[in-house]
Amino acid sequence: MSTPHEGRDEHADPHLQHHFGSMVQQYDSGKFGMWLFLVTEVLLFGGLFCAYAVYRANHPEIFAYAHQFLDKTLGGLNTLVLIVSSLTMAMAVRSAQLGQQRRLKQMLAATLLCACVFLGVKGVEYEHKWKHGLLWGTRYVPQGEAASPASTNATAVETTAGTVAVPADGGTTLPHAASGPEGLADRPQAGHDGATSGGHGPAGPAPRNVHLFFGIYFVMTGLHGIHVLAGMVAIVWLLRRSAAGEFGPGYFAPVDFVGLYWHLVDLIWIFLFPLLYLIH
Amino acid sequence: MSTHDAVAAPPTAGEANYLNCSHGFRSWFFTLDHKRIGVMYLASILSFFLLGGILALLIRTELLTPTRTLMSADDYNKVFTLHGAIMIFLFIIPGIPAALGNFVLPLMLGAKDVALPRLNLASYHLYLIGALIAVLSIVQGGVDAGWTFYAPYSTTTNTAVVTLTFGVFVLGFSSVFTGLNFIVTMHKMRPAGMGWFDMPLMLWALYATSIIQVLATPILGITMVLLIVERVMGIGIFDPALGGDPVLYQHFFWFYSHPAVYIMILPAMGIISEVVSVFSRKHIFGYRAIAYSSLAIAAFSFLVWGHHMFTSGQSELMNMIFSALTFSVSIPSAVKMFNWLSTMYKGSIRFDTPMIYALSFMFLFGIGGLTGLFLGSLATDVHLHDTYFVVAHFHYVMFGGTVIAFLAGLHYWWPKMFGRMYDERWGRISAIIISVGFNITFFTQFVMGSQGMPRRYYAYVDKFEPYHVISSIGSYLMAAGFFMTAWYLVKSLYRGRPAPVNPWGGGSLEWQAASPPVMHNFTDEPVGGDPYDYTNQAYDPALGGYVLRKTEVSDR
Ligand code: HEM
Ligand SMILES: [Cu+2]
Repeated sequence: MSTPHEGRDEHADPHLQHHFGSMVQQYDSGKFGMWLFLVTEVLLFGGLFCAYAVYRANHPEIFAYAHQFLDKTLGGLNTLVLIVSSLTMAMAVRSAQLGQQRRLKQMLAATLLCACVFLGVKGVEYEHKWKHGLLWGTRYVPQGEAASPASTNATAVETTAGTVAVPADGGTTLPHAASGPEGLADRPQAGHDGATSGGHGPAGPAPRNVHLFFGIYFVMTGLHGIHVLAGMVAIVWLLRRSAAGEFGPGYFAPVDFVGLYWHLVDLIWIFLFPLLYLIH
Repeated sequence: MSTHDAVAAPPTAGEANYLNCSHGFRSWFFTLDHKRIGVMYLASILSFFLLGGILALLIRTELLTPTRTLMSADDYNKVFTLHGAIMIFLFIIPGIPAALGNFVLPLMLGAKDVALPRLNLASYHLYLIGALIAVLSIVQGGVDAGWTFYAPYSTTTNTAVVTLTFGVFVLGFSSVFTGLNFIVTMHKMRPAGMGWFDMPLMLWALYATSIIQVLATPILGITMVLLIVERVMGIGIFDPALGGDPVLYQHFFWFYSHPAVYIMILPAMGIISEVVSVFSRKHIFGYRAIAYSSLAIAAFSFLVWGHHMFTSGQSELMNMIFSALTFSVSIPSAVKMFNWLSTMYKGSIRFDTPMIYALSFMFLFGIGGLTGLFLGSLATDVHLHDTYFVVAHFHYVMFGGTVIAFLAGLHYWWPKMFGRMYDERWGRISAIIISVGFNITFFTQFVMGSQGMPRRYYAYVDKFEPYHVISSIGSYLMAAGFFMTAWYLVKSLYRGRPAPVNPWGGGSLEWQAASPPVMHNFTDEPVGGDPYDYTNQAYDPALGGYVLRKTEVSDR
């Protein structure tokens, strides 16, 4: 092409694309684009948070009752793992900026490891739910011992007992939806003898439509899990490029951008964890 | 090609340009050049416009008689669903921004490309993938839930809803990427001398559009995800039998789809701002008011979605708030309208094809916008909701507004895109035929709608037959106008007079690039300045276009 490249350095960085005037302009554009993309991600999850808010406002009893089936310890562990991974990711970005090739690879690998642990723990949790029929919609057929709330302390149980007692029927101003198919509502405790946590499970009958909580739980954590997976793919890509020594003080934009994405994925979990696991 | 000669003489059509600088499928399909991507988008959206148009003619033909004419009631449901979905998601939303906008945006900035060319290509590929998935749903037997996919019907019908909605989901990403790219481009690629208020108004319109694309489309994405999950797994979130809330679906859907109607109309308004000024040979009136009104429309567009649910059991308070907010949207729209009219006032108006389209835009969009107010009033909407009045309203704004403005823009930039002039006489004739046909088709629908003809009905009571017959005849007339347009535009590619650099005397930077532009857009650095200042332009009959008067070339 013989088009004039006004004002461009003849020996410009090979990473500089033809339509930019300088590396700074290129980097700023990419970063701005990345932030906008993160805005769309926030809005994507925003829809789910909205759905969560609507259902929680309309049926607080479902959430108060059902959240006890989630394992706070595993959830807390995963929160910790993700926070650590954000730290290692931030350090990876810094290593790239400083041109520390070995450390960059180590930090990326550490982040990847954390992501694996997160998904592994999530898998354990899902499996538990699956085994005990704590699923969405018509597949919500709680069974067996462990289908009782996994609460480890008595307070949570008491709180629930208090909450459940009231709204069993009148906790919402909305008329009750038509009851679902057979075996769906009103008897999630079938077969449960209250043996866990000091001898008493949640008092009173389970509210209707508990499955709604699990529907929301699986959609939100599922979509989040997909985002973790996508992040892992991106990190593997970064690892391959950093193995070729591509990043350094002059060019670290991809590491930076994936880092931003990773922090967002982490942040979303920081909201999911209390909203799903730690409610009263 | 030799750049040094080009400095002296304006580039001519004989020189290598973006169309002929490289050849072969890959050089197009994997190009990073915004112009080629724009042209590929153009070809794609026009193909889907043809498909959607054929479906429309099927609908109109079926409605010629009060009972069965062509197809069964079930097939009718599928045809209008596909018509709506194709026209909205595959034609009109990507239409102006991704096809025309992609082509002109960097040129108007005097830039070499959009900021993120790879993302631009990804957007096009996603568009193709999404389109393919959507078309696959036809092969699977079609979908009959309407383009709005309201639950619980969409979650219970046994047609290919999942395929089509997944296609829409993918198309959403394509739209987000285009919008995101445009925002970044306008922030980071403006040349040193061009401030925000030195940009052509088309760019302000694209900017406002992009904001909506980025902020609203993710909600469509999650809505489609929830709908798919609901259908596939039965999570019950929209299913009343499982304690879910189908009206929540409507809220989600319209939270995207009302802003989306402004994704359609804002860039159309941008085109009109350009065309009206250029063909009136007069500086645009109220530049800042038009620019700000684009942003105001974008902001308001997020606050009115509830006007689609006045009859869905929304609380009365909500209804009142949404109704009031709906009325407020008409203010910035009217601001634009008045500015265009004032621009024309005492101008020397030239009735070339783009201008004829622009005038018919103002007439048709005026009707469409005003009837929107009938629908935004609570009392009248109870009567008019889900009737042909609504169908007429949105066709007046989407077809009379967006499609007509798209045609204005297509004719306006055609010489720049392909370096050929189309036949002006045929251009004017078909512009008039399309406008007349449009009014015959859709004005009748206002009348029958106000008399109670419900929308989406296959059979109807006899008293509506005359209206339906007139409406169908109008649609055939319109189709004739479109086929004429297709014919002379295609013909111009082979036989058209080579286009001069600036056939209309436009002042924005794209009119300083060759027609068609070279690979990197400009051979010489374009001379910036007020895009609506025509005082230093002179018509050169030898070139058949306008040139800058040498003496007055000043830098702003
Ligand atoms: C100028 C201000 C506008 C107002 C006040 C307005 C108002 C309304 C209202 C209240 C409805 C709901 C009617 C009902 O279902 O009962 C409606 C429907 C609709 N409007 Fe508008 N509108 C305006 C502009 C536009 C524009 C610019 C577009 C598109 C370019 C548009 C596209 C639509 C569509 C597609 C529907 C029907 C959707 C469906 O139910 O399938 N409107 N409008
Ligand atoms: Cu609307």
